Amino acid sequence: MGSYILRRLLQSVIVVIGVTLVSFLALQASGDPTYLFVSERASAEEIEATRQALGFDRPLHVQYLSFVRDLTRGDFGQSLSYRQPAMDIVLEALPATIELTLFSMIIALLFAIPLGILAAIHRGTAWDGSITTLSMLGQSIPNFWMGIMMILFFGLYLRWFPISGHVPFLAPLLDGDFGTAVTNLPRTLFHLILPGIAVGTYSLARNTRLIRSSLLEVLEQDYVRTARSKGLAEFRVLVHHALRNAWLPVVTIVGLEFGFLLGGVVVVETVFSYPGIGRLLFAAINQRDIPLVQAGVILLAGVFILLNLVVDLVYVRLDPRVKLAGGRG
Amino acid sequence: MTEIAQAEAPSPVRESNFRREARRAARGMIDARWPVFALAFLTLAAIAAAFGPLLAPFDPNRQNLALRLADPMAAGPDGTVFWLGSDALGRDVFSRLLYGARVSLLVGIAAIAVGGTLGIVAGLLSGYFGGWVDDLIMRLGDIQLAFPFILLAIMFLVVLGSGVWNLILVLGVGQWVTYARIVRADTLSLREKEFVEAARALGDSTPSIIFRTILPNILAPLTVIASFNVASVILSEAALSFLGLGVPPSVPTWGSMLAESRDTLIANKWWLAVFPGVAIVLTVLSFNILGDWLRDFLDPRLRERT
Repeated sequence: MGSYILRRLLQSVIVVIGVTLVSFLALQASGDPTYLFVSERASAEEIEATRQALGFDRPLHVQYLSFVRDLTRGDFGQSLSYRQPAMDIVLEALPATIELTLFSMIIALLFAIPLGILAAIHRGTAWDGSITTLSMLGQSIPNFWMGIMMILFFGLYLRWFPISGHVPFLAPLLDGDFGTAVTNLPRTLFHLILPGIAVGTYSLARNTRLIRSSLLEVLEQDYVRTARSKGLAEFRVLVHHALRNAWLPVVTIVGLEFGFLLGGVVVVETVFSYPGIGRLLFAAINQRDIPLVQAGVILLAGVFILLNLVVDLVYVRLDPRVKLAGGRG
Repeated sequence: MTEIAQAEAPSPVRESNFRREARRAARGMIDARWPVFALAFLTLAAIAAAFGPLLAPFDPNRQNLALRLADPMAAGPDGTVFWLGSDALGRDVFSRLLYGARVSLLVGIAAIAVGGTLGIVAGLLSGYFGGWVDDLIMRLGDIQLAFPFILLAIMFLVVLGSGVWNLILVLGVGQWVTYARIVRADTLSLREKEFVEAARALGDSTPSIIFRTILPNILAPLTVIASFNVASVILSEAALSFLGLGVPPSVPTWGSMLAESRDTLIANKWWLAVFPGVAIVLTVLSFNILGDWLRDFLDPRLRERT
């Protein structure tokens, strides 16, 4: 088990190096990155001065090493539009993005589990049919359009929910201001409902299908038949024998899910004017604020890699087979 | 989509009568009902994409500031009708929708062609040669999957600039790992089969064994993956266009139409937001339904499970 964890840690380190390499190369892909940092009317002298100031005149490997060295110090360069360190701006927006991602993940799992179980145990019936059909529809709706439609219907027509904005919960909590965090919580959740559903629908649909098929597979196993033939109540069979084993594939996707949801959050935040990293990225894209885009992307990728690592380690605890095989599933 | 990738078993191509198979496919499709609708809709979308300029009642970029934000079915200039209304610049929504089909379908299918080709070649090399080639290719894939794809796409498109070809390239490169993994697994199992052994004994060259003996036998399950993949690429393209990272603003796309619709949402100009979204959903749903049906058709054993 020790060697598995060690190998998994090493793998994460390699991935992190890969991420920095890709972000570095993305800059170079345009040919001369200097032009990304100067205005279109810049003179030749200004361009040359910027090139030297940013070190783009050095050999590539030297540039990469200094890029990585800056990253390890948390230095992502100055944001071009804010004139502040890019990482500070991104970190400030991170709690809001985490709130939205977690909330949509809870929606995606909370509803997917009962729906998936319902479809599996009533397999072939109208229940199963409608749940499967709806899941397929859910997997075909762009999350940002879902957001726009909900703004139109629940926000503007019925006026049930706010269509934009955010009330911080994590930020005061991290500052140690427990009272404010608790007072804010109801309003935080209220503001999260529409964007959360928009981000979570695709995952909800996919998880429902996954849980259904995973459970169907387990229900066909010999030990489930044995449990039934022992005369155990169907509910006991389901909870104690089937679900316990149907969990494993679900745990695996939760980690990947987070990264996927983050991707959705980036787009949906823009729709709801939600002050997270996504909206920041959107603004940075439009202003071609490269350091800010880089800082946002690398930070989100880092969160994703860390979570995947945690999920894999949890998996080892849940599935004793991994320890023996020394590899993943 | 990963559940499909894992569930897919290699099914050897049978030396069967093509017409009989085609009949079986057609019958299965009609029995299942939904795939017929899906195919019909995609045919319409393909016609719209191919003949958009002939079918569109208006030039999609022609502005008509006197007739801005016209309701659906409202009268246009000179006795014409804005079937689906007009946008904030007085452009005909229906014509723009027809043109939008072009970008979505072209990018969706071309990106899969790029990603599929890359992935198939990588998977064949990985599975056939094994060793360090295999290690290198698979670890590269691991790294890519450890990175939320949309972020990768955003980073490259911001630097490279928008445009159909950049979009196809970035979205295509985003897909190769799925194909490489499946092809690798299938190649590994086929490598030791008698017919491959026979080709080797007959003195066939390595490229000929890989591409002419092994490749045809692993293509069938890939069509299922490709169908689901076109769906997800179209969703990604719409999202990137929505963020302003797609094609230049002069080309109408469903994603960018939705981005523009946000400005008039408060004023309840619902048609600008509803129709492009419906077009995306129907297209993506059709590809998903076809993928589902194709999987059942190619491997009926899976129908029981998924």
